[in-house]
Amino acid sequence: MKILLNGDFVETAEGATIASLLRQLDISRERVAVELNADIAPKADYEKQLLCDGDKIEIVHFVGGG
Amino acid sequence: MTQNADTLIIGGREFTSRLMVGTGKYASFEQTARALEISGAQIITVAVRRVNLDRSKESLLDYIDLKKYTLLPNTAGCYTAEDAVRTCRLAREAGMSDFVKLEVLGDEKTLFPDNEELLKAAKILIADGFTVLPYCSDDVIVCKKLEDLGCAAVMPLGAPIGSGLGIRNPYNIRIILENVTVPVIVDAGVGSASDAAIAMELGCAGVLMNTAIAGALDPIAMAEAMKLAVIAGRLSFKAGRIPRKLYANASSPLDGMIG
Repeated sequence: MKILLNGDFVETAEGATIASLLRQLDISRERVAVELNADIAPKADYEKQLLCDGDKIEIVHFVGGG
Repeated sequence: MTQNADTLIIGGREFTSRLMVGTGKYASFEQTARALEISGAQIITVAVRRVNLDRSKESLLDYIDLKKYTLLPNTAGCYTAEDAVRTCRLAREAGMSDFVKLEVLGDEKTLFPDNEELLKAAKILIADGFTVLPYCSDDVIVCKKLEDLGCAAVMPLGAPIGSGLGIRNPYNIRIILENVTVPVIVDAGVGSASDAAIAMELGCAGVLMNTAIAGALDPIAMAEAMKLAVIAGRLSFKAGRIPRKLYANASSPLDGMIG
């Protein structure tokens, strides 16, 4: 299935969760926030939150800024 | 030490430093960390952006001791209340703190605040439990409205972001200081240490800057200059300056002059 991840379509396995996606991307969950279809995904839900074809995911973190 | 007792309280948190520093535009993460250290800042701003999936996962936060600083995520680049609120919610989830520097911009050329959208966003965020520090115009009416909504501070600009023009309208800042009770922090416009001292001498609770330090020829030296300027300006304000007079007033006694 395909998801829209940070503006780009990427292929993910059926049954993928937010947690498995972060593992696949080698991103530590502590310092990121994830939005699933424009709603915040609470960290506590990462393991159980299944992804569906066409889901829009945003993964953000802190960068230098004023 | 005089300044130790003179703490700044924002959103129930107590700070001994009145200098707040941004983390953008430095040459490297090492330089960012060093400048922050030298500046003595306890509140540092960060921006919220997409994780870059193609590049190194190295992050600013790998270089910064999060036990030493209160992170103040900003909503830089947001032009609507909706985008700013969305960014704040992401920041809270990423950082586990309710502190946000709320900015809603009206125009790319000036980066002046869109105060209408700012007020709208502040209202939503405060209802949602955020501690809101809004970047706003140097306009007492807007500042009062932000205070009435429940903002933890107001952060009027001294001059356009990154302009280094200094405090362009000190009288507006004075009017704001006389009419709001939350901390007033000059955010944006500072170019040199004297600008920071002027903001503090006006009676501001603090100064927030980024480009003035990061863009200096020697950011580390400028970070120290800003630290000292904020301390000096604060002490000068508290000490109470002499009135300005048009004519001289001799410092040495007039009595006992030799004949």
